[in-house]
Amino acid sequence: MNTVDNVSRRGFLKGMLSTGALILSVHLLPEPAGAGEKISGGSTHADRATLHPSAFVGVDTDGTVYIVAHRSEMGTGIRTSLPLVVADELDADWKLVKVEQAIGDWRYGGQDTDGSHSIRDFFDVMREAGGTARLMLIEAAAAQWKVPPGQCETGLHEVVHRPTGRKLGYGALAAAASRLPVPRKEALRLKRKSQWRYIGKGHPSYDLTALCTGKAVYGMDARMDGMVYAAVMHPPVLGGTVKSYDDKEALKVRGVRQVVPIAPFKPPHAFQPLGGLAVIADNTWAAFQGRKKLNVVWDNGPNATYNSAQYKKALFETARAPAKVARNAGDVEAEFKKGGRVLEAEYYIPHLAHAPMEPPVAVAEFRGGTVTAWTCTQNPQAVQDIVAEQLKIPRENVICHVTLLGGGFGRKSKPDYVAEAAVLSKKVGRPVKVVWSREDDIKFGYYHTVSAMYMKAALDANGKPAAWLQRSVFPPIGSTFELGDRYGSAGELGQGWTDIPYDIPNLRIENGPAQAHVRIGWLRSVANIYHAFAVQSFSDELAHAAGRDPVDYLLELIGPPRILDLKGIDYPNCGAPYTAYPIDTGRLRRVIELAAAKSGWGKHKLGKGRGMGIAVHRSFVTYVATVVEVEVDERGKITIPHVHTAVDAGLVANPEFARAQFEGAAVFGASLARTGEITATNGVIDQSNFYDYPVALMRDAPRRTDVYLVDSDAPPGGIGEPGVPPFVPALCNAVFAATGKRIRELPLSKHQLT
Amino acid sequence: MIRLKVNGVEHSFDGDPMMPLLWYLRDELALTGTKFGCGVSLCGACVVHLNGKAIRSCVTPMRQLENAEVTTIEGLSVKGPHPVQRAWMQFKVPQCGYCQSGQIMSAVALLSSNRSPSDEQIDEAMSGNICRCGTYQRIRAAIKAAAKESA
Repeated sequence: MNTVDNVSRRGFLKGMLSTGALILSVHLLPEPAGAGEKISGGSTHADRATLHPSAFVGVDTDGTVYIVAHRSEMGTGIRTSLPLVVADELDADWKLVKVEQAIGDWRYGGQDTDGSHSIRDFFDVMREAGGTARLMLIEAAAAQWKVPPGQCETGLHEVVHRPTGRKLGYGALAAAASRLPVPRKEALRLKRKSQWRYIGKGHPSYDLTALCTGKAVYGMDARMDGMVYAAVMHPPVLGGTVKSYDDKEALKVRGVRQVVPIAPFKPPHAFQPLGGLAVIADNTWAAFQGRKKLNVVWDNGPNATYNSAQYKKALFETARAPAKVARNAGDVEAEFKKGGRVLEAEYYIPHLAHAPMEPPVAVAEFRGGTVTAWTCTQNPQAVQDIVAEQLKIPRENVICHVTLLGGGFGRKSKPDYVAEAAVLSKKVGRPVKVVWSREDDIKFGYYHTVSAMYMKAALDANGKPAAWLQRSVFPPIGSTFELGDRYGSAGELGQGWTDIPYDIPNLRIENGPAQAHVRIGWLRSVANIYHAFAVQSFSDELAHAAGRDPVDYLLELIGPPRILDLKGIDYPNCGAPYTAYPIDTGRLRRVIELAAAKSGWGKHKLGKGRGMGIAVHRSFVTYVATVVEVEVDERGKITIPHVHTAVDAGLVANPEFARAQFEGAAVFGASLARTGEITATNGVIDQSNFYDYPVALMRDAPRRTDVYLVDSDAPPGGIGEPGVPPFVPALCNAVFAATGKRIRELPLSKHQLT
Repeated sequence: MIRLKVNGVEHSFDGDPMMPLLWYLRDELALTGTKFGCGVSLCGACVVHLNGKAIRSCVTPMRQLENAEVTTIEGLSVKGPHPVQRAWMQFKVPQCGYCQSGQIMSAVALLSSNRSPSDEQIDEAMSGNICRCGTYQRIRAAIKAAAKESA
């Protein structure tokens, strides 16, 4: 089937084709439906292929295998690793596989690509999809040969009759197989691990060539026929509204067509557009220029009281007072009263912005009661919901095509920008491409929350904690969805707080209230970032106070290998069943021992200004220990020569992508620890671009990160996020080892290290 | 009217002379391999070659481009992948890939002026290109491999 012809016929992406450069990339995208055509099945090649026993796979008579990627590709490799699982169970030749990106559609199950659970939730689903097609092909061949199916097996892209060596290719069998009933799950003959071709082997990305040649299509690159461009001037303070505006100068800018108001959201804001004024223009540049010339008088509303410096003081005060108990064992207060060695420390991490390299962007067309959108989204189903709600149309009338994402990190699972494009398209009667500038991205994010953690421990005669109290305070993500929500949810507290894996008889875990004044959202690793920072930094502090080696001390805090009993504690375990994914301290210990051994911990004397730090953290049901080496020069400048990360993620579907994610996590962690800080003054975000919200450059990043994957048959855990949380405290513990300066507040750029 | 060559093809432009090359490439020529990341010359996603030298297309106005010869990522590989692109594939550099056009264009420019850069020289030359996914160590390895191949 000639994809390019199809594209031309639809007139879709017209204009791009003349350049020749993007023809290939059209293959990467799902084929869009014709204008106004409702999508309910039949939207992919997989569906239209001769044999299509599952929404995820189709086999055509020419032997082409179509596999649907229903999760969003933002750099983790998921668009390759899940289809590879299907291909493996199908015994398909990867060279004959075409991966198609799914539109938003619940027939695929959940598509919200966040929380590091794509492999965990869909590994078995993909195996079954591939295994079903394989069994039907075997049965078709057996029927043709008039032999029992049990005598047949598959080779690469063909069925083989074992006794006679006869062979039939998948293409030749597709038609006959399609007439057979789809087998029950119980009838499937899934492969043994030793038979896997692709799983666990580290196959490169399906998109590798496109990604290296500028041909990959991101949200920023999507076009629709007759589209116009929009830049939105958002209210500078969350919840602000336009009092009055003057667009005379804006309309004089060459290429500007009109200025269109967007209504303010109705609280809670959730994924609604922020409101403001949109400048509609013939190209992106004109839209940006026109926006600069708008004159707007704003009513800033109640959040104009938000000042980060004051807020930080209030947060610390809350953290010092008794609060809501999330977990309690023994009696910490009685133990503290006994006197002896009691230590306290307070930690702080400011707001962070996601800052994906591709800012939020979407193109959408409203026509005939239907919206068609092309966008870089982590969650096309949430796009359907918010667009339907905003335009008062049924959700099935929202067709959301998913492009590649130029980074996501959680920002792009909040589709406010797609809703803007849809709302504007309805107002101007054409497809509208909304392009967020970097300034929009930094100033109008769904920020990682701001947090304060209070820690207190009493050490026994051996230097081990007899009592441990920890209290965190942060405006919760719930505030984005529920007005006035001030306490951390079980999910947030379950990210490295209520699940602290230490063997301490008196343990008390609390959470205090905090009011949000900006949009709070999840950012790569979420609450694990600040919880791991406090727990792992404080553990290091106690080790030094007790005069112990931090690695030995950490192992002692964790105690003997066991399954942590969290009965009676509201612990969602990131949505994973606790029986299959319990907290196993043996696995925690193993990654610590592995990271320590590989890094040569304690083996050699480090010179002046050099130090190593360790931290361990389980998140998204994956166990990670990280050793960071730092050098701090006489001016206080930090370099990170080497990072050692040991990972037990259970079964790893693609070790190549896994290593890349943990290398990247070290850089992401270095960015947030070194310079990550978003602040507000009178409700307005102070930062705006990479000069005042710097992220790690090549010279700031760890020079080398080695990743050690534990070989495991445990069910698969998360890969994209678990590398960040231990990196940050390991870095700060290394800074302490190198300089004697304890970092309790991030970012490091605020500290003089000499 | 501004006349220029992009990837060897003649074009003329009579729009806003202050419009940066980036938006001309992306919005008017649909050469979208060159990316928008910051708009103020801080991230390097928009790097292209102007008369053989790496420049930031997001801050280069069209009025400066009379008779210019511009090469974008699309023009780098007309006869199959450039050695730098092959090295990128060998080391599986990209994660999301959005910054990689700019990274590759910067790396090609570096290697055309210095065929065997040291680590420090690579850091210096590449520290204007942000990769938020954090692929820096693979970028460094790929540049060294490409240098070796063309040496």
